[in-house]
Amino acid sequence: MIWLNVIVSGVLLGGFYALFACGLSLMFGVMKIINLAHGDMAVVAGYTAVFLVPKFHLPEVWSFIVVVPLFALLGYVVQRTLFQKSIDRDPFTTLLVTFGLSVVIENLLLEIYTANAQSINIGSLIAKSWQVNNTIYVSYLSLTVLIVSVVVLAALQLFLSKTSTGRQIRAVSDDREAAQLCGTNYRHIFGIASSLAFATVALAGIAFGMYTSLDPTSGGVNLLYAFETVVIGGIGSLWGTLVGGILLGIAQQFGAHFNEQYTVLAGNILFLIVLAIRPQGLFGKKVVMS
Amino acid sequence: MPLLQLEGVSKRFGQVVVADGITFQLEAGSSVGVVGPNGAGKTSMFAIISGDIKADSGVLRLADQDLHRVSTPQRCRLGIGRTYQIPQPFEHMTVFENALLAAQQGARRRGRESYEAAYRALERAGLAALANRPAGSLALLHRKRLELARALASNPRILLLDEIAGGLTDAEVVELSDVIRTLQSDGIAILWIEHVVRALLSTVDRLLCLANGALVADGDPHEVLASDAVRRVYLGGRIINESGIA
Repeated sequence: MIWLNVIVSGVLLGGFYALFACGLSLMFGVMKIINLAHGDMAVVAGYTAVFLVPKFHLPEVWSFIVVVPLFALLGYVVQRTLFQKSIDRDPFTTLLVTFGLSVVIENLLLEIYTANAQSINIGSLIAKSWQVNNTIYVSYLSLTVLIVSVVVLAALQLFLSKTSTGRQIRAVSDDREAAQLCGTNYRHIFGIASSLAFATVALAGIAFGMYTSLDPTSGGVNLLYAFETVVIGGIGSLWGTLVGGILLGIAQQFGAHFNEQYTVLAGNILFLIVLAIRPQGLFGKKVVMS
Repeated sequence: MPLLQLEGVSKRFGQVVVADGITFQLEAGSSVGVVGPNGAGKTSMFAIISGDIKADSGVLRLADQDLHRVSTPQRCRLGIGRTYQIPQPFEHMTVFENALLAAQQGARRRGRESYEAAYRALERAGLAALANRPAGSLALLHRKRLELARALASNPRILLLDEIAGGLTDAEVVELSDVIRTLQSDGIAILWIEHVVRALLSTVDRLLCLANGALVADGDPHEVLASDAVRRVYLGGRIINESGIA
């Protein structure tokens, strides 16, 4: 029963990791951008929920109504103004730009909000849980985040496969030059993909702020987990991201069961094993270097 | 008024000249072949017309519209369709989705109309039976056909075909020539780069020869191939026989 508890906790944690990582996977899958500021964007979303949303007289638990559309817009603007210029140069420039953005965000948050930790107040929901039996408790918040994660991934999958814009995103991801010859403006489509990625990272940032406390430097660790999730699941596969997140969550809970200090280590070991045995990830397609 | 007009179009990359004052016109419903040795600038000329490369100087017009400030997607919507020498299908999409994208974005068709247009384009290119196959699983011949289908689905007024007959059998070349003649009879202007000279001779009304980025001949296909300038730069002094085989 103890192991079942470890698995349940891992699956619930994995939902959060998948939500966090799907934006990273989308940005890389479509634009080949490794967004090193991904974790920091989530922290900014959390801070926005903490400080900006109360000005709209909304309970913080409903902050996603304001923050998600705001971040979707921000994603489009940042892509068209900052990321696109670096894509036009070379991938290394993109890496430097996102790293620079990460440093700027962390320092701005420190400057404006100090190093004090913040969290999103969700009232009594934080403590509520469903008791399955004597040893297994399922937190309402964790279950909600897992459900949101599955719904977001399913919606993204449906959007990419069934809509005209989704097809354009897949086409520019395959070959942006050929997509242009079919009448697709790849810069606009990159903007939409970035918009989706930022919207999901906003959800993840809000979830993070509800789970635990935010501080200006929390982005780095979250980026590492998101990166591990994407690599384990396989780049470009949305359902792979969910499976990657769940496996990472289970591995971390497994490590924590023996010793709290092994939490991160167990996840890192799983990440290294997958990299060694199947570098393209569990659901990723093998890339043949010419 | 000509459908496509190039006047003194030039482009260089450093010391390499890929287009050197190219001047010619293309009428609606005409079919023009383009030959020349490797590195003559044929594909670069296509890239300039489709907007992948911006010309340094010269005039480029589609009907009465100056194309210099028009982007590649806009040129596609205006009616310039292009195939690549090395096929570039969207490998993670089905054959049908490849054509559908061109019908929706290139031809600005919506709903059922776009689905019908995509299917018609696949039928014309002989790919309807493979509509649900992932494009990445196609063999070279079918990839070339998909290039053609995608260009057709965008409802082009001009079709730029880049070595679409390369690697095809004689029977397939005949079949392809028939398809291209049908397109021509529908009023689509064809500009066709091809090394398979017999395919060109059986299809085109006019032939251009490029060498070192410059146009060295423009006229009747047999006369162009028989001219001294073309034999020197393209055929290495060989003569084309009656069946069009060098």
